[in-house]
Amino acid sequence: MTARTPLLSVKGLTISFGRGRHRNVAVKGLSYDLMPGETLAIVGESGSGKSVSSMALLGLLPPGSANIETGTASFDGRDLLKLSDEELRGIRGDRVTMIFQEPMTSLTPVLRIGQQLTEALIEHKGMSRAEAATRGREMLNLVGLDDPPRRMRQFPHELSGGMRQRVMIAMAMASDPAILLADEPTTALDVTVQAQILDLMRDLKTRFGTSIILITHDMGVVAEMADRVVVMRKGRKIEEGPVRQIFETPQEDYTKALLAAVPRLGAHAAAAEPRQVVDSPARPGARLLHTEGMSKTFRQRGLFAAKSGGTAAMQDVGFDLAAGETLALVGESGSGKSTTGRAVLRLLDLDAGVIEIDGIDMRKLSGANVRKARREMQMIFQDPFASLNPRLSAGRLVAEPMVIHGLAKGRELQDRTEQLFLRVGLEADHMRRFPHEFSGGQRQRLSIARALSVNPKLIVADEPTSALDVSVQAQVLELMLELKQSLGLAYLFISHDMAVVEEVAHRVAVMRRGRIVEIGPRQAVLNDPRHPYTSALLAAVPVPDPTRRRGTLPTLDAGRLPMGPLTEIAPQHMVAT
Amino acid sequence: MIHSSSTADLADDLALASAPQRRSFWRALLGSPSGLIGLAIVAVLIFAALTAPIIAPFDPLRMAAGPRLQPPSLAHPMGTDDFGRDVFSRIIFGARLTLQIGVIAVGISLTCGLLLGLVAGYSSGWTERVLMRLVDVLFSFTEIVIALACLAIFGVGLTNAMIAIGIASIPFYARVTHSVVLVEKGKPYFEAAVAAGAGHIRLIFMHLLPNVVPTLIVIGTLGVSTAILAAAGLSFLGLGAQPPQPEWGFMLSSSRDLISRAPWMMIFPGLAIAITVLGFNLLGDGIREALDPRQTER
Repeated sequence: MTARTPLLSVKGLTISFGRGRHRNVAVKGLSYDLMPGETLAIVGESGSGKSVSSMALLGLLPPGSANIETGTASFDGRDLLKLSDEELRGIRGDRVTMIFQEPMTSLTPVLRIGQQLTEALIEHKGMSRAEAATRGREMLNLVGLDDPPRRMRQFPHELSGGMRQRVMIAMAMASDPAILLADEPTTALDVTVQAQILDLMRDLKTRFGTSIILITHDMGVVAEMADRVVVMRKGRKIEEGPVRQIFETPQEDYTKALLAAVPRLGAHAAAAEPRQVVDSPARPGARLLHTEGMSKTFRQRGLFAAKSGGTAAMQDVGFDLAAGETLALVGESGSGKSTTGRAVLRLLDLDAGVIEIDGIDMRKLSGANVRKARREMQMIFQDPFASLNPRLSAGRLVAEPMVIHGLAKGRELQDRTEQLFLRVGLEADHMRRFPHEFSGGQRQRLSIARALSVNPKLIVADEPTSALDVSVQAQVLELMLELKQSLGLAYLFISHDMAVVEEVAHRVAVMRRGRIVEIGPRQAVLNDPRHPYTSALLAAVPVPDPTRRRGTLPTLDAGRLPMGPLTEIAPQHMVAT
Repeated sequence: MIHSSSTADLADDLALASAPQRRSFWRALLGSPSGLIGLAIVAVLIFAALTAPIIAPFDPLRMAAGPRLQPPSLAHPMGTDDFGRDVFSRIIFGARLTLQIGVIAVGISLTCGLLLGLVAGYSSGWTERVLMRLVDVLFSFTEIVIALACLAIFGVGLTNAMIAIGIASIPFYARVTHSVVLVEKGKPYFEAAVAAGAGHIRLIFMHLLPNVVPTLIVIGTLGVSTAILAAAGLSFLGLGAQPPQPEWGFMLSSSRDLISRAPWMMIFPGLAIAITVLGFNLLGDGIREALDPRQTER
């Protein structure tokens, strides 16, 4: 190809929020070119300005608060940033289309799929209703949805998350756009669904020759999809280059740090134990937690539809956990892993089953005794933004469990709280701040300090790092490993991220549709998976290495997967048959 | 086809970009036009109520302070009524009653409604169902009907009217509290507190209450104007303030027969009520904007 001219050329884009004293620059002097048929990944952590800069191209920034100060974005001989709303509307949804992160909320719930799919075609391409419908069915077929005529008549709530994202892609591609803007298109999806959607986007790109701007924080997705990469940080472009160059010979320290922080599945495959971070780590000891036969069905509550069916969130789940050990519960959404974690803490009542902590049957305890027993077990939640009461100061939040259990008061309480702040890497004068004044990583440290305050033996960590940026995730995981090894804590570590699990767990339990399908020592399960679902999960994990292509996905026959009772195939390694 | 729903990530970017802009509550309140005007009106009202004996030129109850039915003049800026009492002085003293009505009526309904809503929302199950169905039954009557029923039991009078209005609007506050509690109860921080071992009292008063209060401050401020209107209405019907109290609603009703001869007797109390109601409404809006800056962007 000779003398390629860029399809889109962004030059010196500067965007700010607020005015005068409150002016805050979100994007500063950003420039990049997008070539025809190319996938350009814009990578960065939260606050890097990657989303803002792309929304600006389509005039989708909140009017009033955001100002585009300088810059041009030439596309088709026009400057996108200078166009009127009217002209932009003609481009949006026709020449430049977009797919969003949340397939659950980016489709209008009250309109049929067909209507939403054909709207833009009728509007922009001047197609008749019938032509548009034909095109719509074609597109649904292309994105791999079965029975398109039926899908056209369905409403968004009748489809799963993956199917909705397919519909979004069908909508975005139907007008045969020059540019597809994909803002974290797979972040909200399960890993097996993510793999399918990425395959689909690659396939459509070659078929239609569309250029893609892919905005993401996930280096695995970048490695798999991108031709070229722009790395952004705090509104500036840090580095730009072909994908292999970025991954193999990154120039900037930030890019190197970013890549180093990405957990890679297989990095710890040779080690039997999680990485040792303290000199003499506490080793797994006696059995701390014993569960068996845990079952829970969520029933639909209603005046008339009482006790009729429901969804089984957990069926016959059982496992043991030793003091100082980490058991990872992995699975996709709806697998029942969070339900299991909550059941162990008695945050929800089981229909059947046994939960014993130190030999005490938790289910037989009365209300007051349950609260006492909670001293032994604490929880760290996924969302550090929502799991801290916004109206209590950080100091009070961390001290609260000690106050509840009457462990300390007055001066001693103050001192112990301060020690906890220092223990998790916060400063003592952070105690008077409120949760909104902390960053995501700091808030998760607060949650950890809060959980540690009562010297628990067991901590249930529900996706403790999945809301964090990778560099912050690495720090929080490091802290959790260090605390466990020096204090001998047992973790029930709930996660969907296989690479993270490999880094922290002694043992792994894979859950699917409310059942454990495989459980065993980490090396056994991750290196030598015996259940087809475990293999599929592992195969779907995107590899943060552009030279290694993920193999084709094994096709799972959902109906035929063995879900039956667990049988031992090797010492401690059990698989559903 | 392009939906304007911004992604979570954009929200992150925006939050980071605007973090240092977090303004203090008072600054935000004074910065919004409605907050500023509302606060000014309410401040004038409170000032008038506190200093009424000093700033009022006449005793509000003194008859024949001037000639009867005198139109507005320098000596009597709002004229005199049919007993020769100075309307301006009566209006200033009326501010005291009006504020009392607002504070007492809203105080009663807010406290009871808050407790009911908190208990119902927190307890769930049978307690919740019984309490909320009771509230629904009361809610299905118009507030004024309940207030009239209360007055029939307690007897007429301004104090009883305040209590009656307070009782009549309990269901409204209970419902609002209940729904806010349900939302807050679903948030992870509540579950985090349960997991930490917190008991009922702590969960209700340390975790739920502080998160419910901001909404109720807004509703309560708006509610003051409703209560003032309701009291004026009751007084107009002769069930609230009794002669010779300088209550605005009562002043309105006593001017009814003289509307063509002495329109000022009707205009000024009417204006006072309207401006006060407007003031509290604007203040309520201002507080809401100041507490939740996101709502103003719509």
